[in-house]
This record gives sequence, structure tokens and C-alpha cells, in this order.
Amino acid sequence: MTWDSSLLLLILATSLVPGMVIFFLPEDRVGIRTTLNMAGAVVKLLLVGVMIWGVYHGQQYETRFPLLPGGLDLVLHADGESVLFVTLSTVLWLVTTIYAIGYLEGSRHRSRFFGFFSLCVTATVGVALAGNLITFLMFYELLTLSTYPLIVHRGTEEAFQAGRIYLRYTIAGGALLLVGTVWFYNVAGSLEFTHRGVVAGLDDSDRTALTAIFVLLIAGLSVKAALVPLHGWLPRAMVAPAPVSALLHAVAVVKAGAFGIVRVVDDVYGVEFAASLGVTGPLAAVAAMTIIYGSLRALFQDNLKRRLAYSTVSQVSYIVLGIAIVGPIATIGGLVHLVHQGIMKITLFFCAGNLAETLGVHKVSDMNGVGKRMPWTMAAFTIAALGMIGVPPLAGFISKWYLGLGALDAGQDWVIYILAGSSLLNASYFLPILYAAWFRKPPDAWPAERSFGRRETAWMLLAPPLVTALLTVAAGLLAAAPFSPLQWARFITTKEYGP
Amino acid sequence: MLDIPWGVMAILLPLAGALACFLWPRHAVPLGLVTAPGIVACVAGLGWQVTEHGAQRYAIGGWGAPLGIELYADGLSLLMLMVTALVGLGISVYCTGYFERKTSAVFWPLWLFLWAALNALFLSADIFNLYVTLELLGLAAVALVALAGDADALTAAMRYLLVSLLGSLCYLLGVALLYHGYGSLDIAILAQRVEPSPPVWAATGLMSAGLLLKTALFPLHFWLPPAHARSPAPVSALLSALVVKASFYILLRLWLDIFPLNNAAPGQLLGLLGAGAVLWGGVQALRQTRLKLLIAYSTVAQLGYMFLAFPLGTTIAWKGALYLLMSHALAKAAMFMAAGNIMRFGGHDRIADLDRVAQRLPLTLTAFALAGVSSMGLPPSGGFIGKWLLLDAALNSGQWWWALTLVLGGLLAAAYVFKVVGYAFTQAKVVYETRAVPARMEWTALLLALAAVLLGLFTPWPLALLDIGFPFGGGPAG
Repeated sequence: MTWDSSLLLLILATSLVPGMVIFFLPEDRVGIRTTLNMAGAVVKLLLVGVMIWGVYHGQQYETRFPLLPGGLDLVLHADGESVLFVTLSTVLWLVTTIYAIGYLEGSRHRSRFFGFFSLCVTATVGVALAGNLITFLMFYELLTLSTYPLIVHRGTEEAFQAGRIYLRYTIAGGALLLVGTVWFYNVAGSLEFTHRGVVAGLDDSDRTALTAIFVLLIAGLSVKAALVPLHGWLPRAMVAPAPVSALLHAVAVVKAGAFGIVRVVDDVYGVEFAASLGVTGPLAAVAAMTIIYGSLRALFQDNLKRRLAYSTVSQVSYIVLGIAIVGPIATIGGLVHLVHQGIMKITLFFCAGNLAETLGVHKVSDMNGVGKRMPWTMAAFTIAALGMIGVPPLAGFISKWYLGLGALDAGQDWVIYILAGSSLLNASYFLPILYAAWFRKPPDAWPAERSFGRRETAWMLLAPPLVTALLTVAAGLLAAAPFSPLQWARFITTKEYGP
Repeated sequence: MLDIPWGVMAILLPLAGALACFLWPRHAVPLGLVTAPGIVACVAGLGWQVTEHGAQRYAIGGWGAPLGIELYADGLSLLMLMVTALVGLGISVYCTGYFERKTSAVFWPLWLFLWAALNALFLSADIFNLYVTLELLGLAAVALVALAGDADALTAAMRYLLVSLLGSLCYLLGVALLYHGYGSLDIAILAQRVEPSPPVWAATGLMSAGLLLKTALFPLHFWLPPAHARSPAPVSALLSALVVKASFYILLRLWLDIFPLNNAAPGQLLGLLGAGAVLWGGVQALRQTRLKLLIAYSTVAQLGYMFLAFPLGTTIAWKGALYLLMSHALAKAAMFMAAGNIMRFGGHDRIADLDRVAQRLPLTLTAFALAGVSSMGLPPSGGFIGKWLLLDAALNSGQWWWALTLVLGGLLAAAYVFKVVGYAFTQAKVVYETRAVPARMEWTALLLALAAVLLGLFTPWPLALLDIGFPFGGGPAG
């Protein structure tokens, strides 16, 4: 095995191997566990750096193992899209690991938690690197299985209930995806991801079947991407510990679904063929509906994490919308939002976790004056919330700008109204929080305050949201710099739409 | 090396081991533990011969068919022998921790005898030999079910005995009809001579019915749950993992080689019964309150999957069914072993009270969960590959309703597996008396479950194995 072909395996192994070892560590070996976690995350980041450099310079990374006869291999492959998603998950895994170590200090079953945590990241990276649909499916299901223990981690009746609902949705979604995949293989004879899709050459008699398969595949993926009406599990799953919510909403599960939709539209069907089938229009409509519906529901949630969860439902659909508009500029907007939504939403969940851990604040109505008690946390929260609304020059603005521009370019002006309406709704559920936090008087006593000396909270809880908030600013301000998410999304799109 | 008849050795060695264990009951455990790896080595030797030199035929005592007894090993036989060897090795290790010395002395001779019968069955090349081995297998299995010795076990064993005898009797009648009509018992010779005619149809019906009863295909499954759930864990494991597969194997052989199948109705019927088994077994498993009964009903459901290949009849479908057979054998053995560990640890197998047990046996629970993953057919596991192949075959032939059955079965399996696994994450408060579980019992279950999962990643070799000797037709050997 050469270096180039083993690089992708190594990237997977840097979270898989530590995870496996951690399962067998006794509860009290905190030092070894932390070292393993951190070492894995840092090494993975370095390897991903090497891979980015290589892909940018035209290097091909591919690892292939035969699985079934008929050209069905297990394929790991690094192209533009995988790099985008792998980088996002690797960077955010590192910060979330730090956060989780701080968050779970002294609690029970930590070996189990970090074991599954690492498995979850392995599955996400696998989803990103999958080079064909069957490999994608394998990691996608592994993701379902490895997140279930994280959702029910607390072991309460509520967590258990959320876990059950999560499984019901995701396993059913996985079954749809499986049937769609097998059927597609039967029709098209190949499951490889290629830039123009694999079905363009098929004759017209297969078009009905291909439309039905498209619906099956997208329905299966929509469960994880939380498209309305398949979003029901997501708000309930917020009973999980904060680092899990952060990972679920920003990196792993929801993103895997959205990423899958990007793959199916762009690399399985090919965006032009999908448009000619007439399936992108309905997809855009569903995404638009989800954007508005999620925001409306978020407006009426008093529980902070639930409000954020509905906000995720809404925001993730920007990615789908960007793809479904069909046009190079909108595609850039959708792809770049994959990254931008991740860093903004993870910041918000980190902050929500800090409020809950430090002050016992879970509800929006308890957040009066919280900015004075925890200024740094709330500063990060504010940046991310403004970014979500789309205030320039933050990351969210870039996404919305390109989505709007792309919609006009593709002649779909209605999208502008959706974007404007959604931004208005985003502002109406985020600005009152910001106002209350900074300008209202704090209460005499917080629900359950813990003291951390001179600091507002433990540094392991504070550093991660600050880092991701900085990334939110940087992704917006430095959008024109090389290797920014925006430039990378352009790089991908030129391959998809270019000559 | 090449001249050694490894296939014959694979039958004689367990027989000799059984005899030795019977004669020196005080040394049954060490004798058995020497024999088991020996059998594995014989199967490995045979495997090497078959992969290197193609299908093997042995004439016992120098007399070939039609006068003497012949043994025949192609890829299909080899696959069954290997699964048996792997699971058998696991059971042999597991039972040393499970049984006390006194029970061991009874268990080992019976178990090795059963192993010999299984190996002989998979190597038999004529339908009468198959009958003899099937009968021996049934008797050994009934004796093992009765091993616990209490009233429940004896009732279950008695019922099992009657079913087993009835099944073999039907089969034997069919054999007599075929012998009377065509003057031969050899499968290869019959394959050339048999033509559709009323006696052949009668023989087909009788033999199939007998074998289906023994394979516990819905609605003939009524005897399986009590027999499999009441037995000691190692016995449950070998019954569910291996014994029911033997009669399935015979049915498959006859179906592929002898039965005249110029119309599709019988295959559709078997598929329908299989679908019934998948759904009924799944629903029943979900309703159980006892872990071992849940696992037993899961066997009923999983056996149904294998029959979905009959209406499809393509090589891909057969391979899918056999892949499910392999992964089910490994996974189900692991599940029953895990259940045995849990019963040993907490003294009961009530699912609702499992939370206090599950958290303190993490390896056992992991074994159960991994085996569950394979049963659900989620990737990466052997169950997934088997399901993929069957789905592919079903959609390819346009019979989408079998695909629907596969998917529904998977959802039901997920429901009953997570019903158990979920208890690992509830908060255990009550502390009560427990009995230690030897590490080897936990690890055997885990390794078998892991093997079922890894079967989903290392696919090319087992799939290629199934092409040796062209058991599904299409090759020079027909």
C-alpha cells in the first residue's frame, strides 16, 4: 500500500482505533482517555491538512476493496465535496472533544460515551469519504447505530423515549435508502459517484423508475436531514448532553443527511439530469417549506435547546435548497452553508450547554441579564446568532448572498422571498434572546449556579465556543482568501458545472 | 497432504471423540477439547483440497456409487462444514464454562456425535445417506434438549422427538418412491434420470414437507420456540445455529438437483411461507417477555429469509440465502450464548428486568448488540450482504413484494433487538446477588458475533467458494 492509498484509511483509523481502545479503558483512567481522544483528533486534523493540499493540487486519493461481484466495491475517495465535509467534521470534532471532556467531567460512563463519540466521528468521516452509494450507505447506517447510545446516554426515561423515536425514524429512513440504492443499481448498473452522474446515458424507458428511485433515496436521506415532515426526531433528541447535540446538529447526523442529498443530486444523478427529470423543483419546494416551517416553530419554543433544534431544521434546508435551485452560484451557496451552518450552530449549542451547566438556565425566559454574568459565552452566542440571521460580514451572510444571487441567476425569483422571510423569522427568534441577555436586569439568583472562581465558567467549556465564533467571523471576513469555505465551494462547483 | 481424505476424517474424528468421551466420562472435557480443534483442522484440510483442486468425491471402502457409499464435497458442502466448524468450536469452548462436570460427561459424547452427524450430512452424496444422517442428527438433538432433565425440558424434548420422527418418516417415504421409480439413491444419477411424473411429485411433496417441518418453516414452526428456549444455552445455540440448517441444506440440494421444477408455483409457495415466517416470527419475537423465547422466535423469522430465494431461483438469490444462513448461524449462536451469560449472571431472563444485568456484562451485551446488527441486516454485517443480494435478485426479477418482506423483516428485527439493547442504557439502581460469568463464556459470544459482522466486510472469498463445483448449475458440472 502506498502512502496515497492508505491516507484515507489512516484518516478513518485516527478516530476508530482510539475509540476501540477507549471502550476497554476503566472509568477512572481519565489521563489516558483524554490523551487518546486529543491525539486522535489532532493527528486526524494533520492528515486532513495533507489531503486538502493534495486534492487542491490534483492528487487522486482512492482506496478500493472488493465487496460484491458486479463492480460493487468499498470505495474511499477524496474529491472536493468530501474534503469540505471531512474538514468540517475534523475541525469541529477537535473542539467538541475538548468541550465534551470539560462538560462530562466527573460524570458516569465516560468510557462508553467517548467510545461511541469516536465511532460516530468515524462514521461521519466515512460518509464524507465514501466513493459510491453502497459505501455511503454502510457508513450512514453505522452513524445511526453509533449515535443512538449518545442520545440515550443520560439513561432517563425522556432520553430513552427520544432514542426510541430517533431509531424509529432513522431505521425506517435507512430501509428506504437501502431499497432505493439496490433498485438504482439494478437500473443503472453502477453506484459510483462521478461529477456528471452515472445515469445520463440511459434511455428514456427508465425515467419513471429513476424518478421513483430518486424519491426513495431523498426520502431516506431526508429523515436525517430533518426535512419536513420527517423532522420529528430532531427536536426530541435535544435531551442528549450538549456536546452530543452540538455534534448531531452541526456535524454528524443532520449534515450526513444533507450531504447525502448533495451526493445524490450532484454525483449520482448529475444535476442536469435531475433537473430534466423534473425532480429538483419539488425538492426545492420541500426545502423552502422546511425553512419557513422550522423558523415558525422555533419562534414559539421557550426551551433554548428546542428553539435551536427547530432553527437547525430550518437552516439545514438552505443546503438542500441551494442544490435544488440548479445553478452554479446557488450550488456554491448551498455547499458553503454546509460549513457555515456547522460552525454557527455548534457555537450556539456550546453556549446553551454553558448556560445550563454553569447557571442551570435552560429556558429563554430565564436568560434575562445573562450577558452580564457570562459575557464571553454570550458574546460568542451573539456572533453566531447574528450570523444565522445573515448579518454581514458574518458567515451566514455569505451563504444567503450566494443563495439569493444564484436563485436570480437561475430565474427562480421566488427564492428571494423565502430567504427574506426566513431572515425575518430568524431575527424574530434570536434578537429577543440577545436583547434579554444583554439589556434586561439579571435575576437575584440563577436556577442552579456553580462557581468557577474568577472565570465565568470552566475554560474547557469556554474556549470551544470562542474558537467557533471566531471561525464564524473569519469565514465571513476572509471569504475571498484561498482555502476559505467559499473558495473551496467555488472549486467544487467549477468541476460540477465547468466544461 | 493431498492424499489424506480430509472429508472422511471430518466424520470419523468426532465419532471417535464421542466414543472416547463416552468411555472415559471423567476425562470428557479434555478429550472433547482436543477433538474440537482436530475437527476444525480436518475441515480446513478439506477446504484447502476443494479450493485447490475443485469438488472432491470419495468412495468409502473403495466401492463407488451405485453400490457403495460415496461422499461428495463441493463449495456448498464446504461452506456448511466451515460454518459448523466455527460455531462448533465456539460451543465447545463455551460449554466448558457453562456445564458442571457431571453434565459435561453427558453433553460431550452427544455433542460430538451430533457434530459427526452434521459433517456426514453435509458430505453425503445420496438421498438415503442423507436420511440416515438426518435421523442420527435428530436423535442426538432430542437427547441434548432433554439434558436439563426437568419436566419442562422433557416435554419439549418429547415434542421435538415426535416432530423429528414425523419429518424423517415423510422424507423416507419420498426416498422409497424415488428408489422404486429410478433404481438409484445417488443424487447425481437421480438428477439425470428423474422426469416429472405423479410418483415424483408425490416424493417431492413428501420429502419437502418432512424437511420443512424439521426446518421449522412457518406454519410448521410451533415446536421450535419451546425446544430452543428451554434447553441449556450451548444446546440452544447449536440447535438454532446448526441443526435447523441441516434440513434446509438437504431441501436445497434436492431442489437444485432432483426435483423437477418446470413450473413456478412450488417456489412461490415456499417464498410465501418464508414471508409469513419473517413477519409472524418478527411480531412474535417482539411480543415475548423472556429473552430466550425472543431469540427463538427471531430464529423462526430468520429462517424465513432463506426461503425467499426459492421463488427467485437465481444464483445471486441462492448466494444471498446462504450468506444469510452463515451470518445467522454465527449471530444466533452468539445471541443464545449471551442469553446464557445473562441468565447465569442474574438468574433469570425476564426482559423487563434486564437493566440490572445488562450494565454489568458489557462484553455480553456488546455480543448481543453486534449479533443483533447482523440480524437486522444493517451494514457492515453478513446479514446486510445476504439481504443486499436477495434484494438485488428480487428487484431484478421484478418481484418487488419479496423486497418489501425483506425490508419489513429488518424493521421488525430492529424493534426486537433494540427492545433488549435499550436496557443497557437505563440507570441501574437495584443491587442484588449475582453469579460470576467466566471470561471465556463472554468472549466466545463476542467473537462469534464479531465474526458475523466481519462476514459483511470480507465477502469475496465466501462468495467465490460457492462457485466451486457449480452447485447452482450453470457450470460444466451442471
